[in-house]
Amino acid sequence: MSLLEISLRSLAALAAVLVLPLVAGQAEHKVMAHMQGRLGPMYAGGFHGWAQLVADGVKFVQKEDITPAAADRSVFRLAPAVALIPYVIAIALLPIHPGLAAAEVPGSVLLVLAVIGVGVLGTLMAGWASANKYALVGGMRSAAQLLAYELPLVLSVASVAMAAGTLSLAGVVEAWTPWWLVWQLPGAIVFLIAATAELQRVPFDAPIADSEVVMGPWTEYTGLRFAFFMLAEYAGMVVMGLLFGILWLGGWQGPFAEQLGWLWTLLKGALIVLLIIWIRVSWPRMREDQLQRLAWTVLVPLALAQLALTAIGVVVTT
Amino acid sequence: MTGLDLAFATTGLITAAAAALAVTTRHVVHSALWLVVTLLGLAGCYLVLGAELVALVQVLVYVGAVVVLVIVALMLTRAPIGPRAEHTTGPAHRVLAACVGAGTGGLVAAVLLPTAARTPVRPGGSEELARQIFSTWVWPFELLSLLLLAALVGAFAVAGLTTSQEGTR
Repeated sequence: MSLLEISLRSLAALAAVLVLPLVAGQAEHKVMAHMQGRLGPMYAGGFHGWAQLVADGVKFVQKEDITPAAADRSVFRLAPAVALIPYVIAIALLPIHPGLAAAEVPGSVLLVLAVIGVGVLGTLMAGWASANKYALVGGMRSAAQLLAYELPLVLSVASVAMAAGTLSLAGVVEAWTPWWLVWQLPGAIVFLIAATAELQRVPFDAPIADSEVVMGPWTEYTGLRFAFFMLAEYAGMVVMGLLFGILWLGGWQGPFAEQLGWLWTLLKGALIVLLIIWIRVSWPRMREDQLQRLAWTVLVPLALAQLALTAIGVVVTT
Repeated sequence: MTGLDLAFATTGLITAAAAALAVTTRHVVHSALWLVVTLLGLAGCYLVLGAELVALVQVLVYVGAVVVLVIVALMLTRAPIGPRAEHTTGPAHRVLAACVGAGTGGLVAAVLLPTAARTPVRPGGSEELARQIFSTWVWPFELLSLLLLAALVGAFAVAGLTTSQEGTR
């Protein structure tokens, strides 16, 4: 692989991280507004407020970059990057078309899970380094939540990897059959719930709930650093949506997969992102103890049961 | 000196430097964060040596879970910003710790260095690793999980989460 190709692939991944979250954010603005019977942003850019997020970005750039006097400066400044970079790496690993991913590695399923796990550190660093009690409480909440939901997330993905008999995302897509929609359904539900919790989105947004802990770990952030956290959240939504589409909905599989594979992958990912937005509009926030109970008493046993079911299926069919 | 040698030396140096910083810094949370860098560097070493699966599991388990647990424990107890005096130790302790560290390091080096020769690297794919774990090493593997389970139950007992002595707690 030449240097030019490497830089082209890196640039493509970076562009995906910069563009897809904006599309998801705009979709959230409009979908949420219509679900709640209102209009949403309508003026910026003319047609249905399409430039609202661009305007938000310009606003973020103009804001003063403040580091609180009592904060741990280096950790505070580093935290947004630690939160965002894992998702850049994760998006680079997702195969969107037969034989096409920005970075092809053998164990990509594990690598995606590993880098998503590292993203937690950014939130923790932000929560601790801000020297703010709301940030600290939010940081602790998010740490407890992310630790609890990491396990069902990994277990449900492990089930798919076991069913496909490979640790490569592209291999999983190739092994996928429509029959999986039934066979892997419990694991898919577990993954969707755990992914929503991992992204700290409603109804799992207790760590950053503005009516409880101001903005949690992000309380002290302004300007571009705050925008980075928001970007990380939406990039995470895109990554989780695409990952769901690739693992459970067969990625590029569909009519004319040779030509239109990328379209199917993106459509399936977009469907899941819409679902995550829909969940946000539909459910009220869960309390801390309810969150923990859901993770440990419902999702983990369900994921383990799915793992056993997958094992039986694999043994019977091979 | 090939590119791989250079990459291994770089990751090794980063790992060693971060490890040294992790034990010498006076900020407790910084220590945990340097530990993250150390573990990532170690994962890089594994990766350079061709053991991708071990490297990925290292990141997933140690950085993603164990270090996060350490940081949460620090936040729950007391981890204020800035250097702390109560965590620093006197010169006697430092000399003693350096002696123990040097002793352990020397012991490991004495055992490992004589065996350091050019050995053919077995292809360490995930299939080969799985076959080894679940055939040759299955009993140590299961015993380890039993040990962890015992530790978990013990932690519950120590934390007083048993319901038998409800009144006396």
